[in-house]
Amino acid sequence: MSSTMELKMHKEERNIVKDDRKMIVSLKNLNVYYGNFHAVDNVNLNLEKNKVTALIGPSGCGKSTVLRSINRMNELLPETRVTGEILFDGVNINNPKIDAVAVRRRIGMVFQKPNPFPKSIYENISWGAKINGYKGDMDELVEKSLRKAALWEEVKDKLKQSAMRLSGGQQQRLCIARTIAVEPEIILMDEPASALDPIATARIEELIYELKKNYTIAIVTHNMHQAGRISDYTSFLLINEDRKGHLVEYGVTDDLFLNPKDIRTEEYISGKFG
Amino acid sequence: MTEINIAWYKIRPKYHESIITWFLQFCAGVSILVTLGIVFILGKESLLFFREVSIVEFLTSTKWQPLIEEFGVLPLLNSTLTTSFIAMAIAAPLGLFVAIYLSEYASERVRNILKPILEILAGIPTVVYGYFALTFMTPLLRIIFGQNTVDIYNTASAGLVMGILILPLVTSITEDALKAVPYSLREASYGLGATKLEASWTVVVPAAFSGIAAAFILGLSRAIGETMIVALAAGAGPNFTFNPFEAAETLTGYIVRISGGDISYNTVDYNSIFALGLLLFFITLILNIISRKLVKRFQEVYD
Repeated sequence: MSSTMELKMHKEERNIVKDDRKMIVSLKNLNVYYGNFHAVDNVNLNLEKNKVTALIGPSGCGKSTVLRSINRMNELLPETRVTGEILFDGVNINNPKIDAVAVRRRIGMVFQKPNPFPKSIYENISWGAKINGYKGDMDELVEKSLRKAALWEEVKDKLKQSAMRLSGGQQQRLCIARTIAVEPEIILMDEPASALDPIATARIEELIYELKKNYTIAIVTHNMHQAGRISDYTSFLLINEDRKGHLVEYGVTDDLFLNPKDIRTEEYISGKFG
Repeated sequence: MTEINIAWYKIRPKYHESIITWFLQFCAGVSILVTLGIVFILGKESLLFFREVSIVEFLTSTKWQPLIEEFGVLPLLNSTLTTSFIAMAIAAPLGLFVAIYLSEYASERVRNILKPILEILAGIPTVVYGYFALTFMTPLLRIIFGQNTVDIYNTASAGLVMGILILPLVTSITEDALKAVPYSLREASYGLGATKLEASWTVVVPAAFSGIAAAFILGLSRAIGETMIVALAAGAGPNFTFNPFEAAETLTGYIVRISGGDISYNTVDYNSIFALGLLLFFITLILNIISRKLVKRFQEVYD
């Protein structure tokens, strides 16, 4: 069985590099409340630098909520409370004294539904850079970002055209390009391909594979196969009887898919529920 | 259940349905007939006027003196535009800022207090605004700019108060336009590290542009048709001037004065108010058409 061989090697490799692994983000005892509703219960999770970490689980298990607390998007919703530590580069950013806007400049986000601005393709890219005080050559940045998002060839002749006229898959790659243009360290992706057709999805997945060379990626997906294809680490979340989302299992993706430690993980990935 | 008299598929007459349909069609028909009737009367009486006065003279002469048979609409039109633009100079920026505040910044609690207050503002009778202009705004302007500069009746005072009058209208349509911008665009901006101001001002407002433009145009068309304030505070004599501190009668102001006076039926003076009414009708009609077009385009963007 070649896959088990690979897995073994992977494990050994992991053991060797274990101490050098750089955890760029560590969530410690993360709890999220919407008003009185306790949505996320005590999640502990790490994001390793230049790796893809997938968050999987059935709908409503709090995976998006966990993702959105990493760049403090949750606090934009009224009556939301996040407790616990979110260590980013050693700093606890879950702290009112830390500027959420500054956090989001370093931790970018791509959303479920493509949401380009109703502006031109060019302006979609330049907008974020501009508000972040980018002083360099804007044309160059736009081209570089679009190339990194594998969209340049398709749009280079129509940069002045409205982004709303692109296809869904192109719009999503534009949103990724827009995020890259701000040069964040981490990109959070909230089911980035769930609104796309299989071909567009495959392109996004290829793109994620390319992007992890330069960025750390956390991706929420309800598609287990997608998590298996693209991620290095996977965390599986579930809701318990009180409807609180919690982390069931977290580990190297291949381990988690081939040898799940928890019976619930096994049942979920084998398609018994969810 | 042994016997079924009427087959289930047979159409049974539904009298109440047809009566309701007939009644609703009648109501719709009445409103159309009334509109057509008004246009017809305006057109017919204006025709009598234009038999005496040439359209070219009407539209180009800067003298409106019915006593000596001078019928140039420009002085009246000019002061109508002056008061309306002063009103918009107040209502457009203020309405935009209030709307941004209400839709982007205000908490639920503040919004629940502020919106009813704005609605009260919209509910004040215009005649009250009229003497508010005359007894408060004009003295205020005279204190600020001097008794000699500011006439007792002036277009500035009327325009400023009219700005307050149309503020609720501009605000509420602008707010609707801003609210219609999907939350996902704000999210996208915040995700790129935007502050609230950057997100509202450079993403939400441009995205709502056509809706906001429609709000401004509707406000303008309301201002152009507004009567009571200008009749009370802008002055009662045609005056072709660009100085907002001088008294100058507007289109609507003149119509009020003539309608209330003792001018005999079927004189040229009398017929002139129909020509002016027709002119007002066309101006507001065109503005409304433009705003409807804008709103439509604005809705298409996100559908």
